Amino acid sequence: MSQIPAELKYVSSHEWIRDEGDGVVTIGITDHAQELLGDVVFVDAPEVDSEVDAEDEIAVVESVKAASDIYAPLAGTIIEVNEELEDSPELVNSDPYGDGWMFKMKLADAGDMDSLLSAEEYADEIAED
Amino acid sequence: MANKTPLYQAHVDANARIVDFGGWDMPLNYGSQIDEHHAVRQDAGMFDVSHMTVVEVTGGEAKAYLRYLLANDVDKLKESGKALYSGMLNEEGGVIDDLIVYYLTDTHYRVVVNASTRDKDLAWMENVAQQFDVAIEERVDVAMIAVQGPNAIEKAQSIMSDEQKAAVAGLKPFVAAQAGDLFVARTGYTGEDGYEIMAPDAKGIEFWNQLAAAGVKPCGLAARDTLRLEAGMNLYGHDMDETVSPLEANMGWTIAWEPEDRDFVGRKALTKQKAQGAPRKLIGLVLEDKGIMREGQEVIVNDEVVGVVTSGTMSPTTGKSIAMARVNRSLQEEQVLVQIRKKQLSARVVKPSFVRKGESLI
Repeated sequence: MSQIPAELKYVSSHEWIRDEGDGVVTIGITDHAQELLGDVVFVDAPEVDSEVDAEDEIAVVESVKAASDIYAPLAGTIIEVNEELEDSPELVNSDPYGDGWMFKMKLADAGDMDSLLSAEEYADEIAED
Repeated sequence: MANKTPLYQAHVDANARIVDFGGWDMPLNYGSQIDEHHAVRQDAGMFDVSHMTVVEVTGGEAKAYLRYLLANDVDKLKESGKALYSGMLNEEGGVIDDLIVYYLTDTHYRVVVNASTRDKDLAWMENVAQQFDVAIEERVDVAMIAVQGPNAIEKAQSIMSDEQKAAVAGLKPFVAAQAGDLFVARTGYTGEDGYEIMAPDAKGIEFWNQLAAAGVKPCGLAARDTLRLEAGMNLYGHDMDETVSPLEANMGWTIAWEPEDRDFVGRKALTKQKAQGAPRKLIGLVLEDKGIMREGQEVIVNDEVVGVVTSGTMSPTTGKSIAMARVNRSLQEEQVLVQIRKKQLSARVVKPSFVRKGESLI
């Protein structure tokens, strides 16, 4: 069974979102997503300072098997990317909710967080797959 | 209902991620396909290849039949157990499948074809067989296990009886021997030394479990794909198919042109193509920028599309993205661009053989 930490928010495209306060969020892909992808070997990160809309394709995570788009869960500005992933993309597999985080965003509207899925709702979504 | 090999339960018990492959429930990986890949390059790994189709060709005209059916010439096989790789072509010279044929006796050959092409292969073989005194029989009672890697032979022999060890002692590459109830061939699809072993179903399960206990790592289809691509071996349906001739798929060496009086299916079309020059060729690519080449991506020179990637991946042994691509024959450039999603990235043209016996060639 894949892990779905209760304190995080989710979107159905398998990204997780951690509220860091002040409208800043950290984003990565879920344990379920990394299991589906298999060994991650390359992360094409978004550009820092770029402005993105919700559901924009902003990054690519590639496993040996396939390339998979990463979507912006909400509108905002990319403020930081996880540079560790350039040399150690496997962190996405080994620690998807920790060292395998992908990028941080400053949300255009912090109130948008309310539209995200709870852990329970996300668990229901992947149970239907 | 998907087909299951005799080893299916062993895969499930080993926490394999199971996927559909050509109608078979097969293990994709048992955790990390990269770890499995390295096990084969550095030690020993094993693959369940029981889904592949084993066909016994018997009868007074077995040899004449196969000499007509296949582009390579089974008359080269003189020693019992000797194997030959060949394309089975259509009249247009396109590849219906690639296969291995083992010579057992003049009236008995064993052919191993791909699982995904089973139905059309058997239909084609039956159809051609009508002109010959020959019987085509599919074996459905065998498990097949590929044990591959620098330590594969030693580990496989460690669980054989003395009689079996004696039977396989000194087995040369591309030769098979019957060792008790095991049919052991020194062949593979990884670029490493090793065996491909056929056994009756129950014996196959026992052998698999014994190999695991001897430290041979179970490996899934995902590792099998990265290993064969590093070794520059074609995958049917990707690097060649019925619209591609062996000359366009680096399989020219599998066409036996001599003796000239041997007719085989596709010979006329191939002869014509050879005289005119095959329109396309299969090359190797090594990506020099960051990214991963994938099947279907376009190869570009001077803003023109000159070909397409037929297989691409991140190569675990070299740490680089490698690919095979079919391009116009006239391509002479040593550098090309590959359209990877929204970017055009630089790739170097190489011979499509990237790793051999654990060593990078690129």
